[in-house]
Amino acid sequence: MLLISCPNCGSRDETEFHYGGQAHVPYPENPDELTDRQWAEFLFYRDNTKGSFAERWLHSTGCRQWFNMLRDTVTYDIQAIYPMGAPRPVPDAGEPADFGTASLAPDSTTTGTTGPSVASTDLGPAEPAATAPKGAMK
Amino acid sequence: MAEKLPEHPDFLWHNPDPKPSYDAIIVGGGGHGLATAYFLAKNHGMTNIAVLEKGWLAGGNMARNTTIIRSNYLWDESAAMYEHALKLWETLPEELEYDFLFSQRGVMNLAHTLGDVRESMRRVGANQLNGVDAEWLDPKQVKELCPILNISDNIRYPVMGATYQPRAGIAKHDHVAWAFARKCDELGVDIIQNCEVTGFVKDGNRVTGVKTTRGTINTEKVGLCAAGHSSVLAEMAGFRLPIQSHPLQALVSELHEPVHPTVVMSNHVHVYVSQAHKGELVMGAGVDSYNGYGQRGSFHVIEHQMAAAVELFPIFARAHVLRTWGGVVDTTLDASPIVGTTPVENMFVNCGWGTGGFKGTPSAGYTFAHTIATGTPHELNAPFALERFETGALIDEHGAAAVAH
Ligand SMILES: Cc1cc2nc3c(=O)[nH]c(=O)nc-3n(C[C@H](O)[C@H](O)[C@H](O)COP(=O)(O)OP(=O)(O)OC[C@H]3O[C@@H](n4cnc5c(N)ncnc54)[C@H](O)[C@@H]3O)c2cc1C
Repeated sequence: MLLISCPNCGSRDETEFHYGGQAHVPYPENPDELTDRQWAEFLFYRDNTKGSFAERWLHSTGCRQWFNMLRDTVTYDIQAIYPMGAPRPVPDAGEPADFGTASLAPDSTTTGTTGPSVASTDLGPAEPAATAPKGAMK
Repeated sequence: MAEKLPEHPDFLWHNPDPKPSYDAIIVGGGGHGLATAYFLAKNHGMTNIAVLEKGWLAGGNMARNTTIIRSNYLWDESAAMYEHALKLWETLPEELEYDFLFSQRGVMNLAHTLGDVRESMRRVGANQLNGVDAEWLDPKQVKELCPILNISDNIRYPVMGATYQPRAGIAKHDHVAWAFARKCDELGVDIIQNCEVTGFVKDGNRVTGVKTTRGTINTEKVGLCAAGHSSVLAEMAGFRLPIQSHPLQALVSELHEPVHPTVVMSNHVHVYVSQAHKGELVMGAGVDSYNGYGQRGSFHVIEHQMAAAVELFPIFARAHVLRTWGGVVDTTLDASPIVGTTPVENMFVNCGWGTGGFKGTPSAGYTFAHTIATGTPHELNAPFALERFETGALIDEHGAAAVAH
């Protein structure tokens, strides 16, 4: 099971969350002008990345807030957690896939160094990016 | 001891080195790739072909599925496709000269709510109109067919009836793969293992070769049969597929005496159970929610399906989990496969069978071979074209087809 650090609630079991698929897929700006092909792309086509994938999660049985996650779809390592609306973080060349650390204590909030482009906005106070411990499978 | 061991049996296929060029290359040596190669050789006389497999033969979903075979799908297009497959399952053991233990012990799809009951009866009606054997069973008839099922009112989701397809059943998946592989080999098809496709050679928009870990191989045509990795290959070829790859898990218990005479599936409490020929209870359920190529999933999914199984079959409470595993399944949003042409000339794709493509193996091979050989789809797979996501002519088997395995 994934151990996911909710930006608001701290580390919780995957069973508290709901998966929302690929992140950063905006609603078309001019829906009337889309061709059938473009509608098909918006409705049915999503990236299916093997590797680092930006996706949305909802803490449905906790704070009920959405957030984004960068996760490796092969190892399932959680590489970054960042707010909805923030751009996808670009890991440092030297420190790939590590934007911070999460305490193992169940209800702790997160601490740790933040990746350079992880924005901290609407998801709560001063704790911007959180990651679960590496290989956070239970 | 050693001298008492029997002789090693004959190998079922050879392990040739790749030739410099083929008339067609099939990417992926699972059930679908092997069946496609078999029908290309047998029905279309194309024997200068190769199946390229990155690992070992049928080590992907083919070796990981729970082998349920049925054809009681709701929509006409699906019923035609899966019933064609079921009829082939009935004749293939003789045709391939290999008894892969296709056991037509029937499949039951349980109904637990009034909504389920209505949907199920509708599906039985639709199946009968399409010439697919289907019956509606009330709870007493369910109990008669499968005495170990708990039909009491005292469970959270009591059994309110079931659909039943008598001709449905299970088969031994690895033997199915070996049966196809042996025939392919006899017909002159090269089966090349440990050969990963890493890219494509194109002349303009036409594919002319594949790059592999064992060198570049020229080819007239390419057929993709890579299941969970279809998106990865499409990306190499320069087009997109409306596929999401998810982990799908299953489990088996230790061996038991025969207690379970049929196959029971429940969409609502989400578990399906059969008993393998050797005696293991085989169980599965739905995909893990997240995208994943890791061939493993989260344990709560296993826990959940076992809880459902014990509620339906109290006798299983003392059984133990022996093994759990996962595959990577290629799901589409309408829960129907994609079999047809691609935006790249001379490249064809068979994918999107998701959680339920074992049963479709014979028809996937049959129709995909036709598509590759002639350049146009067979009437059975024409509705399953990639274009349907653009035209809106979806074949929505979500829910409609009960659990999609
Ligand atoms: C746990 C589980 C239970 C299931 N239960 C059922 C069931 O009860 N009934 C049912 O009908 N279906 C079931 N399915 C679905 C079924 O297994 C699949 O739909 C079907 O096996 C897919 O076709 P395949 O056999 O060709 O796939 P695979 O066996 O996965 O074949 C694809 C092959 O492509 C190879 N490949 C990938 N990339 C490359 C590359 N770059 N180069 C070369 N080779 C490559 C892979 O190694 C793999 O061997 C289940 C699946 C799983 C995982």
